[in-house]
Amino acid sequence: MKLSILVNEGPYQHQSADSAIQFTKAALARGHEIFRVFFYHDGVNNGTRFAVPPQDDRNITAQWTALAEEHNLDLVVCIAAAQRRGILDENEAKRQGKDGNNIAPGFRISGLGQLIEAGIQSDRLVIFGD
Amino acid sequence: MVMLHTVNKSPFERRTLDTALRHAVKGAGILLIEDGVYAAFDGTVVAEKVKAAMADHKIYVLGPDVAARGMSEQNVIDGVQVVDYGGFVDLVTEYDKVQSWL
Repeated sequence: MKLSILVNEGPYQHQSADSAIQFTKAALARGHEIFRVFFYHDGVNNGTRFAVPPQDDRNITAQWTALAEEHNLDLVVCIAAAQRRGILDENEAKRQGKDGNNIAPGFRISGLGQLIEAGIQSDRLVIFGD
Repeated sequence: MVMLHTVNKSPFERRTLDTALRHAVKGAGILLIEDGVYAAFDGTVVAEKVKAAMADHKIYVLGPDVAARGMSEQNVIDGVQVVDYGGFVDLVTEYDKVQSWL
């Protein structure tokens, strides 16, 4: 089955960011297709490569990046939510006159249309949030 | 259309379980995850409500989230089905739609 995931909560807030990745791993293990993972609201904070959690703690962003590489996942960060929270890719940094970017490998920045499309194209949309 | 409702907040903190039960039609599934798992334990003030809801709904609880809170599956109300993440995925595919009460 074709599934999409919506993540509305940042990492290390409560548990939803963890639940989302655990669910995604289990769905892939079951042989389902993950059409897209969309990060919205504080969920965009899952997409920064500048976070440095303690070494004995899980690194949620690195887990997403590894999963995206392994399974060719489409990890999409909402552009408006990202701009508010300082999540930038190279193009956005240039466009906004910022001195650097922090988007993590495997993530891309795009618009809400990508969420709508995920909802239309997928058999199920599963929402994780606070 | 039979829907799966997920509840991720403790019934001692928020009213989302009540809201889910009020909206869920007969035959809908209720999956308790994250802090929502506290609704699945016997001997609490919400246990009777959950038992009553089992007349109309199948109720599931996510086992890893029970264990993560140091709780035992032995304390889960009889008839509430414990599932793992793979079981969570199966429920999402078996029911027609998923509604996440946040």
